[in-house]
Amino acid sequence: MIDLLLILVVLTNLKLLGASRLGASIRTVAAQGVVLGLLPLVTHPHPLSIRILELAAGSVIIKGFLIPGLLFRAVREVDVSREIEPLVGYITSLLFGLAALGLSVWFGAKLPLPMGALSSWLVPVSFFCIISGFFLIVARKRAVTQVLGFLVLENGIYTFGVGAMQEVSPLVEAGVLLDVLVAVFIMGIIIFHISREFEHIETDRLSTLKD
Amino acid sequence: MILILLALAIIVGSGFLSLLRGKQVRSASWIGVTGVWLGSVLILYAAGSVLFKGGMESWRREITIPGGALSLYLDSLSAFFLFPILILSSLAAWYGTGYLKPSKKNLGVHWFFYNLLVASMVTIVLAHNAILFLMAWEAMTLASFFLVTFDQEKETVREAGWIYLVASHLGTGCLFIFFLLIGAQHDSLEFERSNATANGGIFLLALIGFGTKAGLMPLHVWLPEAHPAAPSHVSALMSGVMIKTGIYGLLRACELCGSLPAWVAWVVLGMGMASGILGILFALSQHNLKRLLAYSSVENMGIIAIGLGLGLLGISHHVPGLAMLGFLACLAHIINHASYKGLLFLCAGATGHATGTLDMNLLGGLLKRMPWTGATFAAGAAAICGLPPFNGFISEFLIFAGAFRAGTTSNGEVAILCLAVIAGLAFIGGLAVAAFAKAFGTTFLGEPRSEYARQGHEVEVSMRWPIVLLASLCLILGITGPLLVPKLFPVVSGLTGYSQEIFQRELGPLMAVLPKITLASLVFFAFFAVCFALRRWLLLGRVVEQNTTWGCGYLRPDARIQYTASSFTQPFGDLFHWVLRTQRWMAAPSGFFPKPTSFRSETPDLCQGHLYHPAFLRLNWGLSKLRWLQHGKVQLYVLYIAAVLMILLVWKLAV
Repeated sequence: MIDLLLILVVLTNLKLLGASRLGASIRTVAAQGVVLGLLPLVTHPHPLSIRILELAAGSVIIKGFLIPGLLFRAVREVDVSREIEPLVGYITSLLFGLAALGLSVWFGAKLPLPMGALSSWLVPVSFFCIISGFFLIVARKRAVTQVLGFLVLENGIYTFGVGAMQEVSPLVEAGVLLDVLVAVFIMGIIIFHISREFEHIETDRLSTLKD
Repeated sequence: MILILLALAIIVGSGFLSLLRGKQVRSASWIGVTGVWLGSVLILYAAGSVLFKGGMESWRREITIPGGALSLYLDSLSAFFLFPILILSSLAAWYGTGYLKPSKKNLGVHWFFYNLLVASMVTIVLAHNAILFLMAWEAMTLASFFLVTFDQEKETVREAGWIYLVASHLGTGCLFIFFLLIGAQHDSLEFERSNATANGGIFLLALIGFGTKAGLMPLHVWLPEAHPAAPSHVSALMSGVMIKTGIYGLLRACELCGSLPAWVAWVVLGMGMASGILGILFALSQHNLKRLLAYSSVENMGIIAIGLGLGLLGISHHVPGLAMLGFLACLAHIINHASYKGLLFLCAGATGHATGTLDMNLLGGLLKRMPWTGATFAAGAAAICGLPPFNGFISEFLIFAGAFRAGTTSNGEVAILCLAVIAGLAFIGGLAVAAFAKAFGTTFLGEPRSEYARQGHEVEVSMRWPIVLLASLCLILGITGPLLVPKLFPVVSGLTGYSQEIFQRELGPLMAVLPKITLASLVFFAFFAVCFALRRWLLLGRVVEQNTTWGCGYLRPDARIQYTASSFTQPFGDLFHWVLRTQRWMAAPSGFFPKPTSFRSETPDLCQGHLYHPAFLRLNWGLSKLRWLQHGKVQLYVLYIAAVLMILLVWKLAV
């Protein structure tokens, strides 16, 4: 069951790297958020406690519905075209994704976890999420896609955290979720302001703002 | 120790309260100053009990920084440094309330940083852990930077602030490396006394780092810029005690390093001599009163470094008498310089406050208009020249005593260095008299040279009292100083490891002479009083006529016939032109009907003009080659971060 969810996460990442439309990308991130929200339910060894349920429900609601909803609103308000406009092409992105997956598996084999991972896929998948998130931030032009990249990166950290669930308190997870939410709000405001000032939200055209 | 923690909390807390009061000038000032006074009294009580009764206090809490801990330790050396720091801080704060009264600025910010500076200096001398020490060191630098840039609307002040900040951080960089290397040797970042033989190179890092703060040549460039730019009570605090934390750091570094090779003593003595001689030469050729005082601080730090160098020389060559006298002189001069340099800066501030300028060529005749400030400045000037009965005498006497003893009884390099020190210190002393004859004479004697000087008036009570107290402190320390010197032995014993028996055997005869200095001072006083009374008695019932000072018997004398600051130092300027490089602009009189003439001279800093300025230009040119890295593309910036993280991760996992 854990492996199934983790493989779903990998697939959503690959889909994101190859997606060309903004709406599809946001939906994919939402799906990834729901899958990851369910992850604590299956990784937790003991009988389900209220806190785990709360955490799972919070994750699903925030990552699966609240944040994507906010992003859709931001896209609608600034009324951008639905194209993603990559700096690196989709095929190249997918090939990079495969290379990153290989690297992540190697990391997973090399990186010793003190408490022993619940699944041998946990560490590779979390690294894959982090690398994909970085790649999305670097290789896409739109400010919205950069928010998506940031979310995926965060999901990677979250996956790693779930692996260490026995040791990390839910409070930390809740704190991380809150961080992401605030980050999305801030990004939304920035996107809104950028589009109002410059009539586009492409960050690579903001380079004249450097000091 | 609880008392000290409470006092630190009071000082910092009152700073925050003052920040909240902000625009309400009066209450912001009084909250800040009261906090400093209250905290100082509590800390001095604790420090006094350690210094005079012996023993030590410590306190320790772990914090989550690797290697760091809130580890405070009050031994005799720390207790000794707390005295000048807190006494001068309190008096300068009191003076500051009057000095800043006309200001329209947000004084809450000023007092916040002032209290932070005081608290960080206290923490520096108490810190027993490298991380805590560096944090306090950084807090001190930043707080003093914001104090220096109080008048930040002036271009020159901002520039002075930047020079100070850059110089300090270059020094702090060396300190980071120093403490890490020492920590690696000791296997802990706690301060522990080392008995191993140290690598002199490590100590050199400390010398650069602490020497920058202490203002030793050629690392002194920030002093002549920052001191004139800062408000006067801040310059007094910085010059009086903040730069002494550099010396404190060097003393601690000696402890941490263990026994040092002999060449370190050569380097310290060389820097001390260079600072002393060049510092006083440059002081002599300045026309801005506070700039002159700043260079004189460089000179005095040089004298302190000479004391330290003699101490190190004595230790490395096993000449205990020289070592103990060197360290005693170093400590005594720290106290002395703190009192009279604080006094002189506060007097200079009062002068600038009353007249609106610090250019000595525009002042003159202020002794009649500002009798208190003038008299106390004269006391400070006599003290800084090392003239008895004021307090500068005793520390220079100790250096001379040590150097003469070792110079005549030892041989080899000790004798050579000691004789060089005697010659150098005598030279410094002579030039110091010339520099302060110029500073006092052109500012306070004669007739006003401009409108600025004519509008001079005595300053208000809150500025006058701290000055008078400091001047009396100079006098009291001058008279009682010789008796207090043996009391400093516990501090020296902590630094050198010599016991009381060695002290008695080596320095007993010399210490027996010291009370005679006090006696001589008292006789001098009595003589002075008798002369004064005699003058009063002789003039009794006679007509006393007052005329223009330096009128030279002319019918209509003019202020322009006086010596100016430039003309007074012209012979010295010519003699030392090869090092001072004074620039002159002169329109000399010519023909039978000469047109208006003018003369102006300026002495810019040698190191800044010929060493740092070209070096930084080169650096800037080299770094401009890397400008293409900063292109403003967010995506590529993230790529840099991601790539570095990935490389580090792969490297860590692969090895």
